[in-house]
Amino acid sequence: MSPREIFALRDHLGAELTGRTLSDARHVVSLIDILSQTVLGGRLRELSGCAVLLKLSDQLRSGLAMIELDGIARRMLLCPPDLDPAHLDALIADAGIDAVVTDEPDRWAATGVSLVVTAQLPLQATAPAQTERATEWLMLTSGTSGVPKIVGHTLEALTGAIVAEGPAKGLAPVWATFYDIRRYGGLQIFLRAVLSGGSMVLSDPHEALADHVARLNARGVSHISGTPSHWRKLLMSGSAAQFAPGYVRLSGEIADQAVLGGLKAAFPNSSVGHAYASTEAGVGFAVNDGLEGFPANYLGNRNGVEMKVVDGSLRIRSTRTAHAYIGRNAAALTDGDGFVDSGDIVELRGDRYYFVGRRGGIINIGGLKVHPEEIEAAINRHPDVRMSRAKSRRSPITGGIVVADVILADGTDQARAKEIRDQILDQCRAQLASHKVPAVIRFVEALDVTPAGKLARTDA
Amino acid sequence: MSVRSKVIEAIQQIAKEQHVTLPVLSDDLSLHETGFDSLAFAILVARLEDETGVDPFTISEDAAFPATVGDFVRAYENVPA
Repeated sequence: MSPREIFALRDHLGAELTGRTLSDARHVVSLIDILSQTVLGGRLRELSGCAVLLKLSDQLRSGLAMIELDGIARRMLLCPPDLDPAHLDALIADAGIDAVVTDEPDRWAATGVSLVVTAQLPLQATAPAQTERATEWLMLTSGTSGVPKIVGHTLEALTGAIVAEGPAKGLAPVWATFYDIRRYGGLQIFLRAVLSGGSMVLSDPHEALADHVARLNARGVSHISGTPSHWRKLLMSGSAAQFAPGYVRLSGEIADQAVLGGLKAAFPNSSVGHAYASTEAGVGFAVNDGLEGFPANYLGNRNGVEMKVVDGSLRIRSTRTAHAYIGRNAAALTDGDGFVDSGDIVELRGDRYYFVGRRGGIINIGGLKVHPEEIEAAINRHPDVRMSRAKSRRSPITGGIVVADVILADGTDQARAKEIRDQILDQCRAQLASHKVPAVIRFVEALDVTPAGKLARTDA
Repeated sequence: MSVRSKVIEAIQQIAKEQHVTLPVLSDDLSLHETGFDSLAFAILVARLEDETGVDPFTISEDAAFPATVGDFVRAYENVPA
């Protein structure tokens, strides 16, 4: 009896397709003959069965190395660009790393990792490799403090949602994302591009947004994803006017009605959808009706994804979730029944669930628990507001009060600031309990966004 | 603008926002009689801190919260510049 057939990324890259590329701001690599080329200097054989740390300074070589290593390495750990080097030793020990793929081989010369392989461009010719095994994909969570957790996936789990949706209709899509592909949200797009027969345009953290958009246009990007914070930045930049993607996707943060409406107005001919996914829970679902939240009937078993709400948080069980946290002191990733607790708090209003915030992001206002995201959603409903951040501020009277930093939309007359502040407060009072209404609203020019594309919440 | 008029103006603005009908703000009016609840006072103190740069109730550990409108205004007037 033959073992169940294992598909690796290379098995999705057939020679029958033409014109497929993977590109960044400096290079364009054809995906057509990628299987007879190597970014690893022809040293793939040495990495067979290894636990490989993928630690590269750019996404392009990372993506090419993923294609090459998948199905050959035993496991590969993807390092996002903002990984604190101080955490590397702990991660290497926890993941049992015995090889590293890097572009800085000198840095690894005197470390305990015995096998160091340099990833390099241009690609070199090599004999195509055969898939040997199902490689374990290890990703890092994007929490802000401490050593990130290592989350174990298989390619099958990572691509479950992509396979379920089936091949893209019409022309092969050209995908792009504001994410880095070494994070879950970005990896989903990279895998979509590989599996869907399309191309992909990578982001570059050093590139100005206007230049990035020009590059997306020049490469004919049709499908693009990012966090609501990424999209708000694009809407504020004035660069959106030159861009007309067919499909706009949001994930990674709560997509409120304001940002969905803003994108629909900026891209009237595009489909705008938001997806719910996390590194641990995998892809849960996509919402394409243009509304925030999701229909209540998504709970239960739907397309192989089971969802329920326990103690206010969304719990997910499916074949797309990660299978475990990896490491010496790793906690259980699922409960006894196989459900992942997403930590995302939802609230049922009418026949729809709405995301109100993260369990870990609650701020304390005079002894009452408040989700800053709920306040931001109320503020963002004002037509002159582009982005906002609510946080707590110490108060000698009540212990804490809500304050909000607000970015006004491009072209808002600053003379109207007081009027707008009053309108925002009226709006918040109509929609929120009184302790959630900001005591102070400050207009700011910018708000920090983390390297993972999420609004920075240093106080949460 | 004097410290007193800044304080009075902030009280009136918050009263308007909170739909509180203020009595005449005489110095001997007790703060309780203003109709402000603790949240309204918390907002008032936060806004005055942003405007004047001081929060007289946090500066000193043992500062007693004032009892009357006059005490409240003086708490801001008496902070050394």
